[in-house]
Amino acid sequence: MHPPEEPEGPASRRARLELRCRALGAVREFFSQSGFLEVQTPVRCPAPIPELHIDPIPADGWFLLPSPEVYMKRLLAAGYEKIFQISPVFRRGEVGRLHHPEFTLLEWYRLDADYTALQEDCEGLLRFVCKAVGLVGEWPHRGNRVAVEGSWGRLTVREAFSRFAGWEPSANPDQDRFDIDMVEKVEPNLGRPTPCFLLDYPASQASLARLKPEDPAVAERFELYWNGIELANGFSELTDPAEQRKRLEDALAAKRAAGGVTHPLPEAFLQSLATLPPCAGIALGIDRLVMLLTNADAIDQVTAFSPGE
Amino acid sequence: MGTVLTAGELRKGLKLEMDGEPYLVVDFEFSKPGKGQALYRCRLRNMITGIQFDRTYRSGDKFNAADMEEQEMEYLYRAGDKFCFMNTSSYEQIEVPEAQVGDAANFLTENLKVEMLLFEGRPIGIDLPNFVELRVMKADPGIKGDTASGATKPVTMETGLVLNVPLFIEEGEMLKLDTRTGAYVERVKG
Repeated sequence: MHPPEEPEGPASRRARLELRCRALGAVREFFSQSGFLEVQTPVRCPAPIPELHIDPIPADGWFLLPSPEVYMKRLLAAGYEKIFQISPVFRRGEVGRLHHPEFTLLEWYRLDADYTALQEDCEGLLRFVCKAVGLVGEWPHRGNRVAVEGSWGRLTVREAFSRFAGWEPSANPDQDRFDIDMVEKVEPNLGRPTPCFLLDYPASQASLARLKPEDPAVAERFELYWNGIELANGFSELTDPAEQRKRLEDALAAKRAAGGVTHPLPEAFLQSLATLPPCAGIALGIDRLVMLLTNADAIDQVTAFSPGE
Repeated sequence: MGTVLTAGELRKGLKLEMDGEPYLVVDFEFSKPGKGQALYRCRLRNMITGIQFDRTYRSGDKFNAADMEEQEMEYLYRAGDKFCFMNTSSYEQIEVPEAQVGDAANFLTENLKVEMLLFEGRPIGIDLPNFVELRVMKADPGIKGDTASGATKPVTMETGLVLNVPLFIEEGEMLKLDTRTGAYVERVKG
């Protein structure tokens, strides 16, 4: 007699994949109830939006998109008021406990709204999804307790760095030190037990975001953290075509200097900004959300297959 | 110089050379904060001193892979504070200082084959077989009347190692020892 074998590979992830399926259903129901239109845009495009630290994956002369943003904003410019999309996205070289080079992103956008509306959406969405999958009170994640009910934290980047890293980043724009302290000192403290918004990033770190009118040293950009994990990045969109072109040209030049993947500027996207009203948009990592809902340590545990499996 | 590695190739278990010393990556995590740069967070252990520390690397950073090899060696003899081994493939002899041999000295007997870890040709570690056989050099007779099960007495082995064994063990006997725990396993008939 052999003892029953422990399931391996995809079979070992069944319970988590079942919860993932229910969570995705709940996401669609939430947005549908809130009057959003689900859209599908191409995953491959000739000219993605250049970002210094995100490399797209070349595909037959075009690129697999690191985010559907380039198409989503063109839909906004065409008059679609509330849209969302759940799509596979691709980022070269990102492999780790929280990263796959191909992962699932939920993006949503609102016309005539700013980043505060997106923060309300986040709270509503996560509460709705947790309820739908039967998570109430507190539950464990990686040795900590997490919860969705109760008040969510709100910290500005300035406050968080002063508190956890002992310096103030908008006064010293040291990007290198910012990234390292963010990872080592700030992130691990954020979003416990309930999620937390980290608000108002230094202007230099928000290439596609609008500057805060009352404090132009920072941009209206936020990240959502839960148990130290970065879950979403949202902002009030920059809608000034000339300013956007300049920022993208700078990003492309910096990428070229750093030896990253380069490509043409997304001209159709830049032109569409001319008719784009004020709006806000956000991207949320579905895999990481499922990790938090299923007490998973690594992204490998919540996807049917890992890269190369 | 060994192979040059980039930060993107860092993995748990990788061995790096820095400032002439070998380091093992004992823990590794890829991080990418928000729209920021890729960061490679490592816990490194100096393979000679055993000292551990954390360090974060950026995508542009480059490393030399540590030039490490494992080689089977046969222990020959001890001369003062040097232990002499022979490479079983090249028959070359190598002298290893006592400090480098460490606790392995307790189990080394003539002609014992061990795996030696070499960094740039220099020995930095000795992997013993899990079990070795050593002769008892000195043992007091068991105390009469003390028959409580599990009772032990200290004996001195041919290498100088002192350990506790059952009372019935006598001088001159061969014992099988577990090198991982240093414990007595059984008496070897012979």
